[in-house]
Amino acid sequence: MRLELAKRPQHSKLFSALSPFIAFVLTVIAGAILFALLGKSPGAALYAYFIAPLTDLWSLHELAIKAAPLILIAVGLAVCYLSNNWNIGAEGQFVMGAVVGAMLPILYPGLQQSPLALPVMLVMGALGGAAYAAIPAFLKARFNTNEILTSLMLVYVAQLFLDWLVRGPWRDPAAMNFPQAPRFTGYAVLPELLPSAGRANIGILFALIAAVLVWILLARTRKGFEIRVIGMSPRAGRFAGFSTRGAIFFSFLLSGALAGLAGISEVSGAIGRLQPSISPGYGFAAIIVAFLGRLNPLGIVAAGFVLALTYLGGEVAQIEVGVSDKVVRAFQGLLLFFVLACDTLIHYRIRFVPSERLAAVLPEAKSDA
Amino acid sequence: MRKLIIALAASAAAIIASGGAFAADKAKACFIYVGPIGDFGWSYQHHQGALEMQKNLGGEEKVEIAYLESVPEGADAERAIERFARSGCNIIFTTSFGYMDATNAVAGKFPDVKFEHATGFKRDTPNVSTYNSKFHEGRYVQGVIAAKMSKAGVAGYIASFPIPEVVMGINSFVLGAQSVNPDFKVKVVWANTWFDPGKEADAAKALLDQGVDIITQHTDSTAPMQVAHERGVKAFGQASDMIKFGPETQLTSIVDNWGPYYTERVKAVMDGSWKQVDVWGGMKEGHVVMAPYTNMPDDVKKAAEETQAKIVAGFNPFTGPIKKQDGSEWLAAGATAPDGELLGLNFYVQGVDDQLPKQ
Repeated sequence: MRLELAKRPQHSKLFSALSPFIAFVLTVIAGAILFALLGKSPGAALYAYFIAPLTDLWSLHELAIKAAPLILIAVGLAVCYLSNNWNIGAEGQFVMGAVVGAMLPILYPGLQQSPLALPVMLVMGALGGAAYAAIPAFLKARFNTNEILTSLMLVYVAQLFLDWLVRGPWRDPAAMNFPQAPRFTGYAVLPELLPSAGRANIGILFALIAAVLVWILLARTRKGFEIRVIGMSPRAGRFAGFSTRGAIFFSFLLSGALAGLAGISEVSGAIGRLQPSISPGYGFAAIIVAFLGRLNPLGIVAAGFVLALTYLGGEVAQIEVGVSDKVVRAFQGLLLFFVLACDTLIHYRIRFVPSERLAAVLPEAKSDA
Repeated sequence: MRKLIIALAASAAAIIASGGAFAADKAKACFIYVGPIGDFGWSYQHHQGALEMQKNLGGEEKVEIAYLESVPEGADAERAIERFARSGCNIIFTTSFGYMDATNAVAGKFPDVKFEHATGFKRDTPNVSTYNSKFHEGRYVQGVIAAKMSKAGVAGYIASFPIPEVVMGINSFVLGAQSVNPDFKVKVVWANTWFDPGKEADAAKALLDQGVDIITQHTDSTAPMQVAHERGVKAFGQASDMIKFGPETQLTSIVDNWGPYYTERVKAVMDGSWKQVDVWGGMKEGHVVMAPYTNMPDDVKKAAEETQAKIVAGFNPFTGPIKKQDGSEWLAAGATAPDGELLGLNFYVQGVDDQLPKQ
């Protein structure tokens, strides 16, 4: 006997709406069992995970810092994925955005005194990310190269390029030969929202504005319609006169620009300088965020905050409850598993295929038996 | 509603009061690790030091320990450190170079909490100390052993990142080896990671394929040791005694012994004598310890022990005459390198078969 997923003829509207909540309840139950088996109080652990990070103002600031790059990148990726372009290289576009944006304060430190520094850096960052995303886009449009591979491989190129820069030409002479670029100063630093309460910066505003604009683009404009049609059926798109190549470039450049903007915002805001590692994998985590948000920009905002919360909550659980970071990550995995499983089961049902039928379909299975 | 507010205020006051009493008779020491405590290398040894400190100072009754593993060295570090500072830690040890800015930023906001940053050089406020160990002293001893054991006259060195600490270790290893065999060479592979068993194993294989017959590493996993065992060559452990992973392979290992320092510093917090310091301890202070000399003939073991004794007595591995890689003179005969220059070292001595990235 084996299991098979069969598409449901129609899916329930009610359960579509309820699905994230069901997933959350299942996660809480599974998590409680997990913590109880480890000899920790499930109540305390779940409180540490989901509630404690929300009880302090400074912690909310940290939540915004963590969620901002996730949302900004994921919103761009949603456009890519809806148009059936699989950009896996947002991490690299993030890094290149940071590098190109940082050229201004590092190569022309004097310009940091000008109020124009930050806007120019942000634009350069977005252009850097977009230019880097243009490489897999061009390869796909021109040679039909698999964009999953090219965009992913370019991540490592970008990371090593940054590594080389901060160890070599851009190394801070005052840093005792340690690998880091000089700190940004003056107007090159991304302003904080409410400096007295915490260190959240205006990066979170960029994320929210981008989410709203992309939502409008997808839901209300012809371009958005074009992207959806090409994504669902390239043939139908062609009959309608939509350009598949145009969609490739549009979606890659847009998502690259948003990832690049996230990159320069992160280094000029939360980190304050270029250093060998500037991202704990935001570009990859954002892929999860995009799908958790069901490729809807407004859903992505919620998903970004939820994923950010699990990082913060994981830390509190380590400190307050004393579970190891492996448990914390397993728990994070449980949450993602249940969310995706619930979403899948709305559109599909599980069908049991008896072994006789299986044997009929696969003759070799019979000879094995 | 008013009753509710009063009840809340009362419970809040009770929590604050209990927190205060708690702090008076019990210290809380908190640790931020860059890797998992199960790496059997850098983070593992810091955690062992933390546990030893707790035992030395009277166990869980007297010292509470909290730690965070695998904290990335970017924007997350500042949050992790601040959460510790807010959760009642009296002293926070941040155990990787990349936490330098974050440690100093949080220290500025919490003047009553003590901060100890490993391997850094920035102490912006009086509540930040920095500490590190002279691991290169142990590498000099390893160099002596390598030159005596190697038939090829070439050792393979798996390096992590080109920072002064690592460059210093490579140079010290070569100088130790050249004190035995002046023609000794070292081949270097940069793994660009502190902990990645797969990459480290590949680096070890690549080096062995190039004809080296001794492996040493400045990365934290036990993978190179296991590769050396499979290929039947000898190797040195890193950060902890890795003899379990190469009973017939490990010659010795530099053991990072943080226990004494952690004990001293947490004790200072408890009795109120904590002051800002910049500590660079070595074999003499007991901060760097050599694992037992194993899998080598008695004469090699004797040479190793003599070298170790010489360093404990005050010998500086960086004593001239030493030439830079390009042949120009660095240190004249009898001159020693000042600590400041070593801590920012960015060039090789003669005998290293590798190029460093240039500024």
